[in-house]
Amino acid sequence: MSLARFGALSFKTEKRVLPGFGLSMGISVLFISLVLLLPMTGLFGQLAGLSLAEYWAIISEGRVVASYMVTIGAAAVAALVNAVFGLLLAWVLVRYEFPGKRLLDALMDLPFALPTAVAGITLATLYASNGWMGRWLEPLGFPVAYTWVGIALAMAFTSIPFVVRTVQPVLEDMPAEVDEAAITLGARDGVAFRRVILPHLWPALVTGTGLAFVRSLGEFGAIIFIAGNTPYETEITALMIFVKLQEYDYAGASAIASVVLFVSLALLLAINIWQGRFIRRLHGGKG
Amino acid sequence: MALPVLPTINNARLGARLGARLLALTLMASTSTDALAQDERELLNSSYDIARELFAEINPEFAIWWQQEHDEEITISQSHGGSSAQARAILQGMRADVVTFNQVTDVQVLADAGLVAEDWQEALANNASPYYSTTAFLVREGNPEGIESWADLARDDIEIVFPNPKTSGNGRYTYLAAWGFAEDQFDGDEQKVRDFMRDFLSNVVVFDTGGRGATTSFIERGMGDVLISFESEVNNIRGEYGSDDYEVVVPPVSILAEFPVAVVGPNAERNGNADLAQSYLEFLYTEDTQRLLAGFNYRVHHPDVIAEFADRFPETELLQVEEVFGSWDNAMETHFGSGGLLDQLQRR
Repeated sequence: MSLARFGALSFKTEKRVLPGFGLSMGISVLFISLVLLLPMTGLFGQLAGLSLAEYWAIISEGRVVASYMVTIGAAAVAALVNAVFGLLLAWVLVRYEFPGKRLLDALMDLPFALPTAVAGITLATLYASNGWMGRWLEPLGFPVAYTWVGIALAMAFTSIPFVVRTVQPVLEDMPAEVDEAAITLGARDGVAFRRVILPHLWPALVTGTGLAFVRSLGEFGAIIFIAGNTPYETEITALMIFVKLQEYDYAGASAIASVVLFVSLALLLAINIWQGRFIRRLHGGKG
Repeated sequence: MALPVLPTINNARLGARLGARLLALTLMASTSTDALAQDERELLNSSYDIARELFAEINPEFAIWWQQEHDEEITISQSHGGSSAQARAILQGMRADVVTFNQVTDVQVLADAGLVAEDWQEALANNASPYYSTTAFLVREGNPEGIESWADLARDDIEIVFPNPKTSGNGRYTYLAAWGFAEDQFDGDEQKVRDFMRDFLSNVVVFDTGGRGATTSFIERGMGDVLISFESEVNNIRGEYGSDDYEVVVPPVSILAEFPVAVVGPNAERNGNADLAQSYLEFLYTEDTQRLLAGFNYRVHHPDVIAEFADRFPETELLQVEEVFGSWDNAMETHFGSGGLLDQLQRR
């Protein structure tokens, strides 16, 4: 294989833990191709049958556009809420010792492990007008289940680990002496947090929040049970894709899916680029 | 549940048989190939979501009957999922021998792809639909809102729960029944029919993706005044959740919901199950099976069974999709297609 030869030539003299750059790179590329690129090619293959005008007509249809608004709006709210509370959770988990800490730490991964449909049904049960929470919230004029708020709630549930798990390791690497030093040098608590701690956590926090946002864009299972799915009000984009599939309209489903894919990719790319610049600036480079 | 999950395959014996196969493979060297020749045949029935309990009862009966008739032991496996998802799975290579669906269109999709005989509806009696049902209402105890007919459902004070016609065959029947009723009521005045349908649709409080999801919303979450679903389903729900808390209302006019069955020819041939598949579907028409079906609140064709269960199924005028809407293809395209009437009625 040419790749293997390339690897052997360039890295002949270096010694590495993994057996051979060529082999490990080859396996990585194969794996990425099979798991990521091949399905995506399939997606674009479905799109090939559409003319540009047809594609545009599908993705700009009123009800679909309404679903973008609902999805993006709810995902943004969920991501922001998670940014705040995820940071707090990570802080608590890293900086304090308390009984049950390990348990809390383990619980943080639950949204990853739990089938999302289970999460959706549980949330709907809790927040429906006859549920434990819903029966108190609804009389206050704050219905959650079957509204836009329910969608954001389900999204927040499924994506909170992204924030916690990205911020946590960075915080662990940052010794408590840093904030102590800031305070002994005269910074008040707020200033120490804003000027000393936050800049260090910022890249991780933004990445985690971005991942949480992107994850929420594609979430289906958890949301569908709590959304109510009223046209133009609480229909999410993933449901629109599901509807198209149900009509055996593979091209239409792929068209809407491609919009979600492009938005997600663009956002991830933007975060990556921004992060690179930010870190260079942090270390005094010319960003 | 109405998720687009992968169809589940229920086969308690699969594990055991896999084990047996492995054992057979390892023993292959010493024994002859007789072990494989004796391997019993397995029939895969791809069915709709809520038919699990039904076929769990029918399958053993058929296996016993087949054993008596042909002195051969067979295994019947089930796969359940949304009927459209099941059809897609078969299009994409799932090797089901027979389909027992709740939507004519999903069998038609297979026929169009050449997987089911073109004249499948003539292959068996009653349009290849061994049992049928209609759409009916489930209301709360004492019918406080006085819901008797489709006309009541367009009232301003009514909240309705039924699954999304875009994602559920059950929901499509409800929509078509309401439309058929309105067309009758307003003598085909299209504008009035549309106004009625718009009022009707705007009363829906939750659009679940499937029938069971709608049931959960109505029963467990207490949403809405009325649940619209198959008559069989609402009767089963009432049986399960207490006949004191809910009442079934069968409207005077409703729609005929067929449950079509067909042999997936190429698959059955390849699996060597052609005879088995055909007998299996014919078995659904026998008196005992029809009685079993009636026990699950499906309407059946066998005259003796009909007489026996007469009090359970009130007489009602059943509209036929083909008669009201021309054909299923036509109904699907004009009403449920992208930009079709349903989309227009829901547009803001």
